[in-house]
Amino acid sequence: MTVIFYVPRDSGALALGADKVARFLQAEIDTRNLDARIVRNGSRGMYWLEPMVEVDTPNGRIAYGPVKASDVAALLDNGMAEGGVHPLWLGLTDHHPFLAKQTRLTFARCGITDPVSLEDYRAHDGLKGLENALKLTPAEIVAQVTESGLRGRGGAGFPTGIKWKTVLETTGSQKYIVCNADEGDSGTFADRMIMEGDPFVLIEGMTIAGIAVGATKGYIYTRSEYPHAIAVMNEALQIAREGGVLGPSVLGSAYAFDIEVRVGAGAYVCGEETALLESLEGRRGIVRAKPPLPAHKGLFGKPTVINNVISLASVPVILDKGAPFYKDFGMGRSRGTIPLQIAGNVKYGGLFEAAFGLTLGEIVDDIGGGTATGRPVKAVQVGGPLGAYFPRELFDTPFDYEAFAAKDGLIGHAGLVVFDDSVDMLKQARFAMEFCAIESCGKCTPCRIGSTRGVEVVDRLSANIEPDKQIEVLTDLCNTMKFGSLCALGGFTPYPVMSALTHFPEDFRPAPIAVAAE
Amino acid sequence: MQSASTDIASRAIGIIDQLKGKEGPLLPILHELQDEFGYVPPETLPLIAQALNISRAEVHGVFTFYHDYRDHPAGRHVLKLCRAEACQSMGGDALADRARQLLGIDWHGTTADGAVTLEPVYCLGLCACAPAAMLDDEVIGRLDAEQLEEIAAEVRL
Ligand SMILES: Cc1cc2nc3c(=O)[nH]c(=O)nc-3n(C[C@H](O)[C@H](O)[C@H](O)COP(=O)(O)O)c2cc1C
Ligand code: SF4
Ligand code: FES
Ligand code: FES
Repeated sequence: MTVIFYVPRDSGALALGADKVARFLQAEIDTRNLDARIVRNGSRGMYWLEPMVEVDTPNGRIAYGPVKASDVAALLDNGMAEGGVHPLWLGLTDHHPFLAKQTRLTFARCGITDPVSLEDYRAHDGLKGLENALKLTPAEIVAQVTESGLRGRGGAGFPTGIKWKTVLETTGSQKYIVCNADEGDSGTFADRMIMEGDPFVLIEGMTIAGIAVGATKGYIYTRSEYPHAIAVMNEALQIAREGGVLGPSVLGSAYAFDIEVRVGAGAYVCGEETALLESLEGRRGIVRAKPPLPAHKGLFGKPTVINNVISLASVPVILDKGAPFYKDFGMGRSRGTIPLQIAGNVKYGGLFEAAFGLTLGEIVDDIGGGTATGRPVKAVQVGGPLGAYFPRELFDTPFDYEAFAAKDGLIGHAGLVVFDDSVDMLKQARFAMEFCAIESCGKCTPCRIGSTRGVEVVDRLSANIEPDKQIEVLTDLCNTMKFGSLCALGGFTPYPVMSALTHFPEDFRPAPIAVAAE
Repeated sequence: MQSASTDIASRAIGIIDQLKGKEGPLLPILHELQDEFGYVPPETLPLIAQALNISRAEVHGVFTFYHDYRDHPAGRHVLKLCRAEACQSMGGDALADRARQLLGIDWHGTTADGAVTLEPVYCLGLCACAPAAMLDDEVIGRLDAEQLEEIAAEVRL
């Protein structure tokens, strides 16, 4: 029987040498005349073990990692083809504690299947959600999504079903489904992993959305920084067309739907939904004032659903297993699962999908294993560059939209960036302002000018020029930005700045000696 | 013999004609031109304006808004270093300083021999294997000083 090896094609694995491992493995297969083939899967999301090679055995898949190209021959000598033991041997992949503790709904197939095999996708419950959707009326599909409690995973946490309902009830000669795959937040990579590891689930989710609201055309707007995701997505779209999933008759039904990938050009603000629509239309990525809502007047002025990749990719499992199944996970008003992205200075970095409600401490200390450097954790930035820095004192905060808001933070796209005690929070505050200045679309003064002023103020603080006054000015600036900005770029930059100032005041004060010296 | 500029113009017109039927064709056209020429030749902007029936100012405005588009060729290689938070947490700032020193250029600069252009980038989605970089289309994770020195030497070959 042909042995199947898995070597991920996920960017994270590629960045750590997966292509070379695959080349060496293929060469060994050839020289040793093994009856074996290599599947280039997505990543399971355990990046400290990438490149992680797996082999199919009668007992299940056995993993090895992190594998270097130079390990390949020795691995085969030790019987890797039969799951043989070697220092890099990790045992049954599914039993690995990092995976066994997860609840993988959205990421159920990621890392398991061949991302560009529609047969594999079907064999692992793919397209069941779409098949069910085709038996329902559009209003019933929307009701399922509403009932599931799914909220937008792009950051704002708006109920997905309600957004769809608005588009369903708006008339238009043409409607659009736009997938926000601009994933610009530092510390996030869930969208990328889905596009590279299970692109059909996104295609399926968008198609269900199209049927639900009466849209026939979808766009995936992603970033130029993601060349591999773009390539896999385009390959999968072509296969979906050939397989009759997309096209004039979705799975043989009367519905038509097709999708096109569009690529941004290096502007963080284009992740903001209205700037994204401007960009798709071929203009500068300037944020639009709302109303009108994109649901009423979106892409080319037509009713448009715009959702994050993970929101859309969570829809198939909801339509497959039912809204109550999905809703059963989670806490409070945060229902279902959330793919946590544990990143930065952390021992076990990667993607961990779990029901809402884990505490920050459980995520960082227990799952993440503390810092990679082995030093104490000082701060965790949650929710990307516009998210707050959390100190250890707030590690009891449960991962939940409302609980984070109550602590002056946000969960955003669920990225967590861990910092050890060598981090200078004043420098991080400066970076937050600098990033806002670089990426501002320029429409509002508080964001455009305020952020530049913010950098200057922090610089004066570093130079110990009238520190009390600078802190006052910085606080004022943050207030003006918070209340005077049109979108969350200017409006939320105060979160990282003020959280750094509030929780780490010592970093904003010159050492007492320096004060005495003045 | 065709002059270089008419050659650029005719290749550009070919690309524009091929893409102008798309909905919202401007970004795809600019991307394709940059892929073709390595930059977006300024003389192609009026051609785009004409084909899409929009003002030159509008094309220019879009071209300048996005960080990706260049108005002159980059070096033979482009090295993008991630400067965002997850990479900072793993010593990205020090690596970035080292890179500028090794190459003797600042951000957006190109070495005098035309070998490499250094660009900052804000997240490559490789935040669980930071610090991250991209050399042309090759993604690199857990970049360290030693690897950076190898890259600096390699790109100059
Ligand atoms: C500056 C800025 C950047 C954003 N970037 C993204 C992004 O990269 N991806 C995303 O899905 N949403 C992003 N958002 C949120 C979107 O505006 C919007 O809320 C989201 O696409 C809606 O989809 P959802 O309801 O599925 O989350 C950003 C918002 C702002 C203000
Ligand atoms: S807050 Fe900043 S990015 Fe947002 S609309 Fe205003 S200027 Fe543009
Ligand atoms: S402009 Fe931002 S606070 Fe004044
Ligand atoms: S922050 Fe550097 S890759 Fe994400």
